Amino acid sequence: MEQMLTNVDWTEIGWASWDTLIMVGVSLLFSVLIGLPVGVLLFLTGKRQLLEQPVAYAVLSFVVNILRSVPFIILLIVMIPVTVMIIGTSLGVAGAIPPLVAGGAPFFARLVETSLREVDRGIIEATQAMGASVRQVITGALLPEALPGIIAGITVTAITLVSYAAMSGVVGGGGLGDLAIRFGYQRFQTDVMVITVALLVIFVQLLQMAGDRLVLYFSRR
Amino acid sequence: MIEFDQVQKSFQVGGRAIPALHPTSMAIEAGEVFGIVGHSGAGKSTLVRLINLLERPTGGRVLIDGEDVTGYDANELRAFRRKVGMIFQHFNLLSSKTVSDNIAFPMRLAGIYSRSEISTRVEELLVRVGLADQARKYPSQLSGGQKQRVGIARALACRPTILLCDEATSALDPQTTQSVLRLLGDINRELGLTIVLITHEMDVVRRVCDRVAVMDAGKVVEIGPVTDVFLHPQHPTTREFVLESEHIDQKELQQDLGRAQGRILRLTFRGEATYKPLLGQVARESGVDFSILSGRIDHIKETPYGQLTLSLVGGDLDLAMQTLEAADVHVEVVR
Repeated sequence: MEQMLTNVDWTEIGWASWDTLIMVGVSLLFSVLIGLPVGVLLFLTGKRQLLEQPVAYAVLSFVVNILRSVPFIILLIVMIPVTVMIIGTSLGVAGAIPPLVAGGAPFFARLVETSLREVDRGIIEATQAMGASVRQVITGALLPEALPGIIAGITVTAITLVSYAAMSGVVGGGGLGDLAIRFGYQRFQTDVMVITVALLVIFVQLLQMAGDRLVLYFSRR
Repeated sequence: MIEFDQVQKSFQVGGRAIPALHPTSMAIEAGEVFGIVGHSGAGKSTLVRLINLLERPTGGRVLIDGEDVTGYDANELRAFRRKVGMIFQHFNLLSSKTVSDNIAFPMRLAGIYSRSEISTRVEELLVRVGLADQARKYPSQLSGGQKQRVGIARALACRPTILLCDEATSALDPQTTQSVLRLLGDINRELGLTIVLITHEMDVVRRVCDRVAVMDAGKVVEIGPVTDVFLHPQHPTTREFVLESEHIDQKELQQDLGRAQGRILRLTFRGEATYKPLLGQVARESGVDFSILSGRIDHIKETPYGQLTLSLVGGDLDLAMQTLEAADVHVEVVR
């Protein structure tokens, strides 16, 4: 066993895991903070919805689609100047976060829009009939009713961000992806590659399990 | 009082205006249970939604207690809607909230009630609708009838003066329907609430309504006290609904009538006349023989009624009809 893992530096692996955790955590936070309101807006301005606004919907939807249609590896490169402007560098853990958010937020926004559409229209109508304002319909009825779907969306987004974060290793991001590329790929250290992949698999499994539990907890249907 | 003044509604479909409700004027009195019957697509859902402006009229006015509500701004509209409760066919409860929280929801939205006011009112309503032991449950754990009771409690939370019922019993089995209708009747009597009820079942109207409007293709085709509309329907649509609720097959009925001999009369007894031992007396005095072709004895809300189709043979027919009419029986000559 020891001989099979001669190249593995466990401290390095530990730090890389920690970096991945930070990259995913911080970018997930911002993806949710940006994606949730965008998703709500997408829903509200959509056809036959509360604030139907065809132009606003078309513009918003177009931006989201553009960000979603660019392959993430390209987005990483395209985003470099923007990242330098915001963070000061496009390298390391911090440098990976802006492109991760640019990839995660529109993805999550669509998931939010979809789960809001799943809410029975009758519930919106009933809430309006009680004298609720649009804001109250959103916070009092729509979001609580869509909560299980939104949590499932956060889980899917988090998992997507894990793979995006690993990809950012290619352009100098930190974390497990960086380790896999520098040691596993460029130096042919297969054992490092195996360990990083195993860790990523475990990470994704844990996220999915936690997400499923939360969804179950909040589902009252 | 709810007044519709030349109110109309059309929907834009592909650039064309499709009328859902033709210009309609009518009044619903305060404290009455008013039924609106019609097939799906007849415009009854639209009409009821014009009262709390879930649908905006494309013309005309809606007056509540003399005030035109179509001119309300957003805040006035919200305050007004609190005074109009609504229940739905599919209950529309929030699945993420407990029974208590569902009932408290409109009060919380209003933002003018204290925490203790809300919890007292919720307790009170839970008892009112017979769900005191279900307070902590979620809607998915309740039966259909229980869900509609929660819906009713929720609709009453802000002490409305009007209650709109949108096919409130259409998703319920007959027994549950009866108990929900009884609850609505009690609420109307005890709280003096005006109830506007839309349904496609004449039976529902018969059990709880004071007056009824029959709708067909976006128009009110008949309106009046339920006893009149039910016992003497004028419009073909109304007749169809009445026959349907009595489970009478028009074809079979015609066949039966064809086989009968002599004069055929339809007698309608209403109120006290229902209990009088009249037929035997008439037969003795006028010497006519009768056979009953079809009949029904039932109640319209609290009023008992009977409707019999008879064929009469021999004796003094005119005397028989006079005696019946003298006893407050409505006599209609069918053949």
